[in-house]
Amino acid sequence: MSAAANGCSVACLSILGNRVLRKEDPRFLRGEGRYVENLPLEGALAVTFVRSLLAHANIVGIDATAAEALPNVQVITAADMDLGPFGPPPFPGLNPGMGHPLIAVDRVRFVGDIVAIVISDDRATGADAAELVSVDYDPLPALVSPHDAAKDEVLLFPDAGTNLATRTGSPEHDEKLFDGCDVVVSGTLVSQRMAPCPLEPRSAAAELGPDGRITAWLSTQTPHQDRMVLAGTLGLDPAQVRVVAPDVGGGFGAKMLNVEEVLVAWLARRLDRPVRWTETRSESMVALPHGRAQRLDFTLGGTKDGKVLAYRLESLQDAGAYPVLGAFLPNLTGLMASGVYAIPRIEFEGRSVVTNTTPISAFRGAGRPEAAQTIERALDVFAAELGMDPAEVRRRNFIPKDAFPYATVTHAVYDSGDYAGALELALRSVGYDDLRDEQRRRRAEGGATQLGIGISTYVEITNGIDETEFGEVEVTPDGGAIVRTGSFSHGQGHETTFAMIAADRLGMPVENVTVHKGDTDEVAKGTGTYGSKSTQIGGAAARLAADKVVEQAKQLAADYLEASPDDIVLDPALGRLHVAGDPAIALSWADLAARASADERLAELKAEHEFKSAPSFPFGAHVAVVEVDTETGRVELLRLVAVDDAGTLINPLIAEGQVHGGVATGVAQALYESFVYDDDGNPLTATFVGYAFPSAADLPSWEAVEMETPTPLNALGAKGIGESGTIGATPAVHNAVVDALAPFGVRNVDLPANGENVWRALQEAKA
Amino acid sequence: MTKIALTVNGSHCEADVEPRLLLAYFLRDELDLKGTNVGCDTTSCGACTVLLDGESVKSCTVLAVQADGCAVTTVEGLAQGDELHPVQQAFHERHALQCGYCTPGFVMATVSLLKENPNPSEAEIRDGLEGNLCRCTGYHNIVLAVQAAARAGA
Repeated sequence: MSAAANGCSVACLSILGNRVLRKEDPRFLRGEGRYVENLPLEGALAVTFVRSLLAHANIVGIDATAAEALPNVQVITAADMDLGPFGPPPFPGLNPGMGHPLIAVDRVRFVGDIVAIVISDDRATGADAAELVSVDYDPLPALVSPHDAAKDEVLLFPDAGTNLATRTGSPEHDEKLFDGCDVVVSGTLVSQRMAPCPLEPRSAAAELGPDGRITAWLSTQTPHQDRMVLAGTLGLDPAQVRVVAPDVGGGFGAKMLNVEEVLVAWLARRLDRPVRWTETRSESMVALPHGRAQRLDFTLGGTKDGKVLAYRLESLQDAGAYPVLGAFLPNLTGLMASGVYAIPRIEFEGRSVVTNTTPISAFRGAGRPEAAQTIERALDVFAAELGMDPAEVRRRNFIPKDAFPYATVTHAVYDSGDYAGALELALRSVGYDDLRDEQRRRRAEGGATQLGIGISTYVEITNGIDETEFGEVEVTPDGGAIVRTGSFSHGQGHETTFAMIAADRLGMPVENVTVHKGDTDEVAKGTGTYGSKSTQIGGAAARLAADKVVEQAKQLAADYLEASPDDIVLDPALGRLHVAGDPAIALSWADLAARASADERLAELKAEHEFKSAPSFPFGAHVAVVEVDTETGRVELLRLVAVDDAGTLINPLIAEGQVHGGVATGVAQALYESFVYDDDGNPLTATFVGYAFPSAADLPSWEAVEMETPTPLNALGAKGIGESGTIGATPAVHNAVVDALAPFGVRNVDLPANGENVWRALQEAKA
Repeated sequence: MTKIALTVNGSHCEADVEPRLLLAYFLRDELDLKGTNVGCDTTSCGACTVLLDGESVKSCTVLAVQADGCAVTTVEGLAQGDELHPVQQAFHERHALQCGYCTPGFVMATVSLLKENPNPSEAEIRDGLEGNLCRCTGYHNIVLAVQAAARAGA
């Protein structure tokens, strides 16, 4: 869409804030997506992993004779492995004795642990051969519940001497924490285990070049970080490793370097042949890290007029079989425990334990949903105890709009916000008072189908660990520009958003700006995409690099126009440089690039910038409306109004898309999805048939309401938007379901609040 | 090996295939039509949806030999040169795709849906696309795109 089509005249100065259609769409719509599995790789051998079918067992022996009898099949086991365990990541306090052997050595620790690798000419033969690899196991007791794991009666890593991967906060209790409270409520929320389910299962390919360099094509969110970890794990200089992330079909936090990608690169070197592995969905459901899996026990106290005085939160994180990022997430949960409320006293303790389950990593929200889900549930329990409207309890505890920057007692420094404003906007948008009237009417009538209204007001943290991102802008010989970013896009639309950011500064049509990313040979450095940090640091870096290019262009134009650089101005509407006050004699970008090319001075129109920022704190308010059949437990989500404030929006079309998808995932946790194991650690939901991934038929349309409170932390005013919808939606829907059941004495429903759990809660309340 | 002859995106083709070969992999690996993505192994996600004699099927659950004598249309067969098919165009204009992996399947399923029901209600769209999964969009803009494509007479 052109600026004119958005109602802008030629005088319209900025493309920012316009609903520009995505530049990357056509190739996906035409079926030309460049996913790793689609890349041509002549003569590539197929890699198939033989995975453990038991959750916890000693490996007695492996017989690959029958498999290797198939044509051109080779089986590789731990006996062939010359690399040590992978991880755990170097987080402070994480038990270093819990590394993940790339191929299981003597023991398997979850269903999906790799016990052998089949190399074959094609995938079908690989699948046949993998079934013929016979593994003799001696089963061990399986630890499925983190509560059991914390007892340390059975150990996953005997040498570590404990199942505790890490802890945060303090186990000490202040006996006086709830002094002065008229009302103290407590409860437990289990933020259940979820499978991230990017639609593209992982794929990895690798090839050893004639120069001894290894190129790895990965379905990943973090190509530059992967390159460093890959080099370190393989014992190579980073210069010997190139990582290329082409198109990636969704990540949601789960697609970062894991054992499989390391093995594929290792195999390419060992075999000196190109190799490729593409995950099946059933494999992905057990092998791609899961998310959430945190049990939270809360106690909240306050005065009888609704002022919260104290909050205690204890988190038990199931880290899965090998601690990765998930083990660290209680740190974020603790940091964000206070939510949008000014709570004078907070106590937090987090523990992470290993269990015989799929490792837990980041999944859309990663530690912050758990904090929001708990404080928002606790507020509702507190409100119910007081007989106060949940909206009113929130109003009495919000951090006020004029208090920013605001430091919580858990040491988060919120940059900016207007929590009361977000709530009032959401309540107005949904028609809150009318809905409460309708609810009262239905309750009085006493029908089976009751209405529930749920509120959540949340704040989250994006770019949570003060990261830096790289941006580079280069004018091309035809007068267009290339933006190179160390950020990555696996659906977020950077090819459009980042082009808009640079186009705005350069005064070029967005069509003339191309965004390059994902290739460590082309982009000098980068951190990748996770934690909703792309625009606020990567976008800001691209903007600042573009500004440098403009300054350098003024120098060049000054030479050509025989003027002082100080007198040269850029007309951003026309993309022309001229002497101030004399627009008739001007150089367009095409003119300038052509002359600079001829003079071999084009390199002067290239600049890079690294931008570092403190975290920003997006916030919002969601209101959910549900109908619950109180006889069967069936829940139907009727409406969800989402006010998500992520600061200034660069492209509202794309930002809305992020909210929609985020909300869907939040609702999926509230109502549908749960990854379940039996008592022996067998996954019961390891396919899309068993796992309740909602379809369009399970969800309503969303009512996204824009609100923009710019952050002072970057020149764009932008915060993160990728995870907000998820964080806000789950507690709103959860609270709505419980609200519908309040007349029946129900005070809580376990997540997911599906028919079964609602029915159970109703039966327990009746008992 | 079994000999098959079929029409794919208007072109006649013949091949010797293993009886167990799925249509999805025949299209991807034998014909190099990589637009048909495979997202699951249980006929759940619909990423691999193609048209078989004009009706949508999940090509991961059709054997290549079952397509013998049939006409197959994949996502590569929709656009007319530079001009996107109205369904593709509607998905673009309504921002109905993000990572793009489910998109070919949704587009093909929509073409089939609108052929059966040119003016579907929102509920009919949601029910009609129940066999396709998307993790990015929350379906909201996909529904808008289908409505827009219907208005455009796709």
